[in-house]
Amino acid sequence: MATRTIAGKTVQVNEEGFMTDPSEWTKEIAVELAKEEGLPALTDAHWKVIEFCRKEGTATGKAPTLRQITTGAAVSTKDMFALFPKGPAKKVARISGLGKPEGCV
Amino acid sequence: MAEKTRKMAFICSKGDLDMAYPALIMGWAALGEGIDVTLFFTFWGMDMITKSRYKRLELAPVANTSMKMTMMGLPTGNLGIPNLLGIIPGMTAFATWLMRKKIGGVGAPTVPEYIQMMMDGGAKFYACKMTADMMGLKKEDYIDGLAGVVTVTEFLDMTEDAQIIFI
Repeated sequence: MATRTIAGKTVQVNEEGFMTDPSEWTKEIAVELAKEEGLPALTDAHWKVIEFCRKEGTATGKAPTLRQITTGAAVSTKDMFALFPKGPAKKVARISGLGKPEGCV
Repeated sequence: MAEKTRKMAFICSKGDLDMAYPALIMGWAALGEGIDVTLFFTFWGMDMITKSRYKRLELAPVANTSMKMTMMGLPTGNLGIPNLLGIIPGMTAFATWLMRKKIGGVGAPTVPEYIQMMMDGGAKFYACKMTADMMGLKKEDYIDGLAGVVTVTEFLDMTEDAQIIFI
């Protein structure tokens, strides 16, 4: 398993750049990963989604799917695509230090 | 990092309930991955984007070899729902109800909900002009959010570098 240093902390990552141990995640890491995903600044709306994903990810061990986020975090699909353009499910999972979402819906 | 955006286009040619789902499931997942998604509806697939039909897509048990009695929870192995039973009034409604229940059971939304989610996610929906002419469909017959009614050549132009999936 590869490791890399993000925001001054060494964490484990897989070949696609997803963190493999969610407990190593910090908010500072999220900010750095968001920049890599083309999001220069995270707003409260972004954090609301990230926090929901963190909660879900910790509880279930899996990154929530896009529909689980829109229904669970009360964020509309349109807003999700505006907040995390071009692949919101994958982007937010990576920023939240979780694996790729596994569900189909 | 200037990555080229992957594109996918789905040609939806069927209006049965079960055949509506593949493009919706794959297209929605594709949007979530950042893939550009276009859908082209032709022939019976037009039912998926027609106001009077899209909420009422059905599944007929007649001549459907995949519909087994086991779907109803019966321990009957490979025994299909007899075609003779399938012709009884109400059997299509029953099969439709059963399929909806199964689909809902895995957390998948209904067809109208899925379509709305995909439109909100930026997928583009197009109707086939030839089918529209053939079936006499007008602008007001389509669901809101349709990007346009196009000819096959227009569709081919706009999906030049897309992976095309025919359903």
